[in-house]
Amino acid sequence: MELLLQAFSWLLTPESWTQQGGALQRLFEHLGVTIGVVALSAGIALPLGVMIGHTRRWTTAVALLAGAARAIPTLGLLTLLGLALGIGLGAPVLALLVLAAPPLLAGAYAGVQAVDPEAVDGARSVGMSEAEIIRSVELPLALPVIVGGIRSATLQVVATATLAAYTSDTGLGRYIFSGLKSRDYPELIAGSLLVIALALLLDGSFALLMKSRSRAPRSDRQTTTIPLERNPS
Amino acid sequence: MIEFDRVTKRYADGSPAVADVSFTVPSHKTVVLVGSSGSGKTTLLRMVNRMVDPTSGRVLIDDVDVTTMDPVRLRRSIGYVLQSGGLLPHRTVVENIAIVPRLNGATRPDARERALTMLDTVGLDRDLASRFPAQLSGGQQQRVGVARALASDPNILLMDEPFGAVDPIVRRSLQHELRELQRTLGKTILFVTHDIDEALALADEIIIVAAHGAIAQRGTPTEILTRPANAFVAEFVGVDRPERRLRLADAAGVEVVTDASGRPIGTLER
Ligand SMILES: Nc1ncnc2c1ncn2[C@@H]1O[C@H](COP(=O)(O)OP(=O)(O)OP(=O)(O)O)[C@@H](O)[C@H]1O
Ligand SMILES: [Mg+2]
Repeated sequence: MELLLQAFSWLLTPESWTQQGGALQRLFEHLGVTIGVVALSAGIALPLGVMIGHTRRWTTAVALLAGAARAIPTLGLLTLLGLALGIGLGAPVLALLVLAAPPLLAGAYAGVQAVDPEAVDGARSVGMSEAEIIRSVELPLALPVIVGGIRSATLQVVATATLAAYTSDTGLGRYIFSGLKSRDYPELIAGSLLVIALALLLDGSFALLMKSRSRAPRSDRQTTTIPLERNPS
Repeated sequence: MIEFDRVTKRYADGSPAVADVSFTVPSHKTVVLVGSSGSGKTTLLRMVNRMVDPTSGRVLIDDVDVTTMDPVRLRRSIGYVLQSGGLLPHRTVVENIAIVPRLNGATRPDARERALTMLDTVGLDRDLASRFPAQLSGGQQQRVGVARALASDPNILLMDEPFGAVDPIVRRSLQHELRELQRTLGKTILFVTHDIDEALALADEIIIVAAHGAIAQRGTPTEILTRPANAFVAEFVGVDRPERRLRLADAAGVEVVTDASGRPIGTLER
């Protein structure tokens, strides 16, 4: 309790935020790493997932691969990459990319694959090209599931981006690592609270986004969800 | 003219859905395929717009092998009513009907106007225009499917049990509408149904299909009814059913047509 109060008092001290390398800067670094990693990973995983869902090929292989990738412990991977790449942001970004890819891939291919085949058949038989089918049939119908995948990837990355401080002085994880080292528990707790707040904020934004985007009445066909769980790193 | 030249289709699992089938659909005529479930009617229909490519044999439209044509352009030039509807669940009724005019380059307002006109043609209220397919009855969905196929005014229409889910009164008026359309605009129509009465009402020629697309008989409705080629056709057409065996009776000076069991069907005009 004492520690928690001290953590809050740390959070309420303006200098904690404004000083060089303070909470405000770290918060933005953390957010920046999260958004950057998810965007980069999505740039590869989403088109790949959509193509796999559209052609319905290699789905089993990709499901297995994604499952295997989920099981990789991020901390272990980061240590290996850190040894190979040295100090800096490179290793954590790579490790986080591997973390983000499976839910993105799964969301994209599961979402597209779950689109009613009769709607796709109808679209094709009136003369839509494959690109038109993807753009104006499969993507809109799969969007809730795809966004669900992005949401799940974002949450995992924002929580795990604390590990960036393991090899570089970036993000909110710094408070946790340095707090551990110097036994400054209030600072450690304050850092954790900030990570939690950021995660809740991002999740809330996704919830709002998904709510505002439902135009057509959701028919009972489209109820695919993708698993959110993964192994703790 | 659509020509099926010894076409065979084998799906992945082996046994042929359609085996060595040949027939023609003359230009500006309505040919109706009738046959039991699984006899390959849908498979034959989908070979025309290349939704299915034959394993062997050829399908020709005006003497051009369809496999030499670009499938997307081919499909845009042919109206196709799918057995299952195949509407886009996230598009409204009017958007669904406007798809093909839009694909063919019509502006949005033009395509919309065209789509609304098509709603009138298939007897649907314009109030339904902004509904989604899931908010329509099965019969209404089918009529939207028909409207979509007609919207770009194609010369060839492929219709796969298009009226199966609509009630008998609407069905009759749609059959009449189709007949009119065919007569006035000279469409070439390949039509699939289970309902021999529908075939008799619509067809210039009927093709009775047995297993694997084998043609049991082809002929005009009158020929099929009066000279069934074999027991299978006779059974299918129901030539022995009481309602096909009409009689003439006299009811107080009016000539009444009755079925075999004496139930009145109508009066005779001379
Ligand atoms: N995509 C497919 N893959 C494998 N087999 C198929 C496929 N489509 C159809 N078949 C098989 O081919 C045969 C003919 O099917 P088709 O759909 O052409 O019949 P149909 O005459 O239209 O039947 P119905 O009157 O029930 O619609 C059936 O045995 C069916 O199981
Ligand atoms: Mg069929």
